[in-house]
Amino acid sequence: MEHSARHTVIFTTALCVVFSLLVSAVAVALKDRQDENQRLDRIKNVLLAAGLSQRGESLSRDELNQRFEQKLEAKLVDLAKGNFVDTDDALDYDQRRAAKDPDRSRPAPDNGAKVQRVPDLGLVYLIRGESGGVDGVVLPVEGYGLWSTMYGYLALEADLRTVRGITFYEHGETPGLGGEIANPRWQAGWPGRQAIDEKGEPRLRVKKGTAGPPERDPYQVDGLSGATITSNGVTNMLSFWLGDAAFGPFLDSYRNQQEAG
Amino acid sequence: MSKPREILLDPLIDNNPIGLQVLGICSALAVTTKMETAVVMSLAVLFVLTTSTVVVSVLRALIPASVRIITQLTIIASMVMVADQFLRAYLYEISLQLSVFVGLIITNCIIMGRAEAFAMQNKPWPTFLDALGNSAGYALVLIVVAAFRELFGSGSLFGITILPTTSMGGWYEPNGLMVLAPGAFILIGCFIWAVRTIRPEQNEEEFHVGALPEPGYEGDLR
Repeated sequence: MEHSARHTVIFTTALCVVFSLLVSAVAVALKDRQDENQRLDRIKNVLLAAGLSQRGESLSRDELNQRFEQKLEAKLVDLAKGNFVDTDDALDYDQRRAAKDPDRSRPAPDNGAKVQRVPDLGLVYLIRGESGGVDGVVLPVEGYGLWSTMYGYLALEADLRTVRGITFYEHGETPGLGGEIANPRWQAGWPGRQAIDEKGEPRLRVKKGTAGPPERDPYQVDGLSGATITSNGVTNMLSFWLGDAAFGPFLDSYRNQQEAG
Repeated sequence: MSKPREILLDPLIDNNPIGLQVLGICSALAVTTKMETAVVMSLAVLFVLTTSTVVVSVLRALIPASVRIITQLTIIASMVMVADQFLRAYLYEISLQLSVFVGLIITNCIIMGRAEAFAMQNKPWPTFLDALGNSAGYALVLIVVAAFRELFGSGSLFGITILPTTSMGGWYEPNGLMVLAPGAFILIGCFIWAVRTIRPEQNEEEFHVGALPEPGYEGDLR
């Protein structure tokens, strides 16, 4: 059927208005639920990295929140200076978003993990021990693998050198090859390794082939067969985030603080 | 016009959007490593296909021919965004696994194809049946392919271990080809082969490069 130009203009305008209203209404109505999902997912992964929950263990929303509140404390860290920043809303801080905001981040030095910008503030989670002390710390890490950026959490023991656990919550690596970074069996080879050596330098790397037990081979983790680029990406990710440009200053000063008393 | 029953059942085997028309292959490769994602993706396509084609059908007399494709796309894209928002709110973990592929339903040729080829000429009720049938045809292929890929690639179905894999301490050495996209290509090829063996009338005539269809030829949308 032929329509006049006038009809076409009115029709398309009305169409756009109606459908944009529909989409916005749905987006607004579901926003809270989506944010809550995202928050729970984050909590779940932090708990996994910290070894406070097991993979495959299905926890309800309340259990997740409860375990998180009991065992973890979110803190903001000034990455350049390495000290804590006092704030009440650390949990609402979105480090990934902050890293994209020029006012809240700075360009990253050239690095193998292909991190473009470092946020001014980093979000860390302190793991509370039984006696009230700090049992360890969980750090967000990210780095480029073969196809895209891998996002995860690295948990360190109270000495801030020994790995407590690692988890990846978002990646686009090849299933069955690089995608094995998400395999709990591979991740199980991490706890006990030394992420940082005595000089305070990040030293842990993903090797080619199989690493020995942590006592004899503290600075290496099993490689992923058929996924050298992903493995290198994980190594680069660790050396960047534990290094001077990111969490290095915080880890050094916090470690000194802990050792001093 | 064909009977409602034919409109509904025809796209399952006789005119399957993936099998015969070879549309929607991109997502059929991408989301079929697991049953769970394949089922959720099928439901998302079902929702988008039925709602958008019915809306197109209702508006068909008003849609100006000059902007009909972009009008259909606007409607489809809106429905895809709605579906995506719901997945993020109610099936968060699966939505992470489906990642961009929910958004890419917009470019799924099955939906554009049905909107342009069917909904623009038909009343809402037959359009609804046609959409249901085509989504079911799409779902059928996705689920068959995903069942093979998950079972032989990861040793499980719906995440429940059926064949314990060696990497989890079992005996089954998973077939790595199944988790990669070429595995899905081969499976879809086998599916098409199987269907065309049962229904030889689906075989195309021999293809000649450069040959044009005869004047007046009105083929199916490919």
